[in-house]
Amino acid sequence: MENLNLLLPEIFISLSIMFLLILGVFIKNSSKLIFNASLLTLLITAVITLNETFTVNRITLFNDSVVIDYMASLMKIITLLGAFLVLIISSNYLKTFKIFKIEYPILILSSVLGMMVMISSNDLMVFYMGLELQSLALYVLATFNRDQLKSSEAGLKYFVLSALSSGLLLYGCSLIYGFSGSTNFDIISSQLNSNEYVLTFGIVFILVGLAFKISAVPFHMWAPDVYEGSPTSVTLFFTMVPKIAALTVFIRYLYVPFLNLIDQWQMIIVFLSIASMLFGAIAAIGQTNIKRLIAYSSIGHIGYTLAGLATGSNEGIQSSIIYISIYIIMNLALFSCLLMLKRNNQYYEDIDDLSGLSKNHPLLSLSLLVILFSLAGIPPLAGFFAKFYIFKAVIEQSMYFLAIVGLLSTVIAAFYYLRIIKIIYFDKEKDKYDEDHSLWLKLSLTFSTILILLYFIFPSQLIDVVSRINII
Amino acid sequence: MNFPILSSLILLPTVGALFLFFTKDKDGNNLTAKYVSLFTSVVNFLISIYLWISFDQSTSNFQFIEDRTWIEGFINYKVGVDGISILFVILTTFITPLCIISVNNSVKSKLRDFLIAILIMESFMIGVFCALDLVVFYLFFEAGLIPMFLIIGIWGGPRRVYSAFKFFLYTLLGSVLMLVAIISIYWISGTTDIIKLYELGIDAKYQNLLWLAFFSSFAVKTPMWPVHTWLPDAHVEAPTAGSVLLAAILLKMAGYGFIRFSLGLFPIASEIFTPLIYTLSIIAIILTSLIALMQEDMKKLIAYSSVAHMGFVTLGIFTLQQQGIEGSIIQMISHGLVSAALFLCVGVVYDRMHSRMISSYGGIVTIIPKYSILFMLFTLAALGLPGTSGFIGEFLILMGAFKDNFLVAVLASLGVILGAAYMLWLYKRVVFGKLINSDLKKMIDLDRSEYFILSCLAIPTLFFGFYPDPLINTIEVSVNDLIDMYNLNLTKN
Repeated sequence: MENLNLLLPEIFISLSIMFLLILGVFIKNSSKLIFNASLLTLLITAVITLNETFTVNRITLFNDSVVIDYMASLMKIITLLGAFLVLIISSNYLKTFKIFKIEYPILILSSVLGMMVMISSNDLMVFYMGLELQSLALYVLATFNRDQLKSSEAGLKYFVLSALSSGLLLYGCSLIYGFSGSTNFDIISSQLNSNEYVLTFGIVFILVGLAFKISAVPFHMWAPDVYEGSPTSVTLFFTMVPKIAALTVFIRYLYVPFLNLIDQWQMIIVFLSIASMLFGAIAAIGQTNIKRLIAYSSIGHIGYTLAGLATGSNEGIQSSIIYISIYIIMNLALFSCLLMLKRNNQYYEDIDDLSGLSKNHPLLSLSLLVILFSLAGIPPLAGFFAKFYIFKAVIEQSMYFLAIVGLLSTVIAAFYYLRIIKIIYFDKEKDKYDEDHSLWLKLSLTFSTILILLYFIFPSQLIDVVSRINII
Repeated sequence: MNFPILSSLILLPTVGALFLFFTKDKDGNNLTAKYVSLFTSVVNFLISIYLWISFDQSTSNFQFIEDRTWIEGFINYKVGVDGISILFVILTTFITPLCIISVNNSVKSKLRDFLIAILIMESFMIGVFCALDLVVFYLFFEAGLIPMFLIIGIWGGPRRVYSAFKFFLYTLLGSVLMLVAIISIYWISGTTDIIKLYELGIDAKYQNLLWLAFFSSFAVKTPMWPVHTWLPDAHVEAPTAGSVLLAAILLKMAGYGFIRFSLGLFPIASEIFTPLIYTLSIIAIILTSLIALMQEDMKKLIAYSSVAHMGFVTLGIFTLQQQGIEGSIIQMISHGLVSAALFLCVGVVYDRMHSRMISSYGGIVTIIPKYSILFMLFTLAALGLPGTSGFIGEFLILMGAFKDNFLVAVLASLGVILGAAYMLWLYKRVVFGKLINSDLKKMIDLDRSEYFILSCLAIPTLFFGFYPDPLINTIEVSVNDLIDMYNLNLTKN
């Protein structure tokens, strides 16, 4: 057997899933136990990943269909930690809605497993397998609050549209297989003949499928509905974790087999990026529900991430990864605030419910202020640096149009972030919200806010971490 | 390495704000918050005075330089002052404590939070004037939007939301292009360090676009016609202390930026675009003076007069004569003092009568004589009467303009006349005339703190009007070398 220890994280998490499932069946009222065990599993898997694979430069396994490299290890660790944080702050929410069941953490674990497979994939089939494992778990998670009409609707919508996009993706895979004779990224890359128009079709179909998964415009239609309908804790998961895996696949897919065809796909990515940035910014203005607003704002943020990918340079890839990391922290902070808007066992999700929050909850409002300005990309907060690196990479490639459109859309986006701040700080106050939040929720909010606020003191660290990523 | 005096200037207000953040927020007269913030800002002022004393006026080199790696191999945190920027630093540290004293009456709720916002604002403003790296400059320049947005939005008047949004979005829109330009400069020259860029120079073929990108940001911030419309709104709705900060310091960032970046980095483009600046400045001077004549709101009138005064400043900068640029800097300092004082004067009567309309006053000279005298002094300083600092600035600017372009100078002189017209007319309608509104009789004259603030502003206004040498000596060498460098770069290409 070759280097099986490199796959230890995946093996460990799969075994844990099965074990926890059996445990859940045989022990009654074990949801708390399973929940904590899942948290532990995520942490242990992260530690294993760090130990076993972090120093590996690049090793391929199983006939080159799985690749372990620095980017894979890093993204896996981010995924695992993201899932851990999502899970740990959502326990109170789940209990309130009486959906604190054993299936919830296990589904999250399986989707994380799917993502880890995606991240390491070096082959279209392996990639597809991981994607489906992840998606199936996510469909169920979206409908997890099944007594609510909206939640079921969200899950169904997600399922139908996602299946459609998976179909497109598979069709693209088959086209590529037909013209290159292989599904392996490395072999495709060496077999490529750029004169084949049908091959371009294949690339585009796969891009469409991937764009759907990360909800880039014009394949974003599912996102607002699904984000709004799903339980908030699941929405939080949706906005953070699957994006990391999808982004990694995006990078690998574009830069390993098709780097030579950059002229063919660059325009598409630029279009996706510009459309997402502008549409996300404009459509968010009219929203009244915070979760819908976050959906549109996440579409916008994906646009910036794609702008980094469109550059075709290592700098661009690194800036995208920095962007998504900072975005995850901001999102975590934002959702922590959202999960605090609870009164009499009911969660509030409308923007108007934030009205005058600063009078009764000054600290919470202050955190929201920092988070929202950071999302808007105002210096000296972390969000500014995220955008700064992206535009630095974009301008390096002389893509001025993309940079200017991107920056103009930050101004439009600033409008709706300011609107929330206006509602929090300038408007009349409403009733008080509960203040007995779980310790984890408070900790995650405090730490992420401080991180956003003080990122400017130590900006080099994050760069050091991602600068080892060399795909090209 | 010596004691990092500039960094401590930048950081001290933030430390004070942080301290305030951990004190209890009491309603009503929160004395602790006030004393802490006052203490911080006064200490900061004393440090800046020390800075001025130990500043070497005989050289144009940057002094008190601090240089630390910030982002490995990319950006250095680099600050330093030369003769041009040191005056703005002192202006900032001088105005801020006065603002803090003045909050007595104008800010009713959440005094602690207001003071935190002011102190953080001070940090950012000092940072802008000290920054010697484009990215650091941009960071401070933009960061100032956040506290100012909150100051206008939370503590402002009835239309505060509209004004705060307009202020924020206008300035942000202007600035994003500057960010593109800064990153482009990094890729063109390989550094964002201003001193190195001065030495390297920027390739002529890029200069025009880069100049325009910087211009878009500075023009909004100055504000120049036709993107000045955010200013009257912001001024009218902001609380008095906010208006003072806005008029006295925020507007100066752009003028400073023009001198430091537009002239320093892009001489060829500056030469090309000088007619544009002249045209816009002349329009600003004449048009906004005429608009100011017609205002019925006192704050709005002063806001428009600020636009006109800043028109003089941009005009003076781009004459590229020694007198012109020196005049612009002195005009900015003087405008910082005078407009701050005028807004405070409006604040004084507003706190008593809750009206800013000119028509609701008239004949107050007999009721509040002390106020009337000081108000008169600042009115005269605003229109540039000899013996006040306003005169020195305007006179030098016009002198520079006459050297460069006769027609422009003549048109600008027209603005001086109009300026006298609207300021004197304002004064006449508010202070003299018949006492129609009988409520005015209940007005009380200046209390101790108001008297103190206005005198603090009156003394330098008069002092520098009679004896501008300390200012001119400080800036002379730097301006001289700036112009030399400018001409050298022009001939080189």
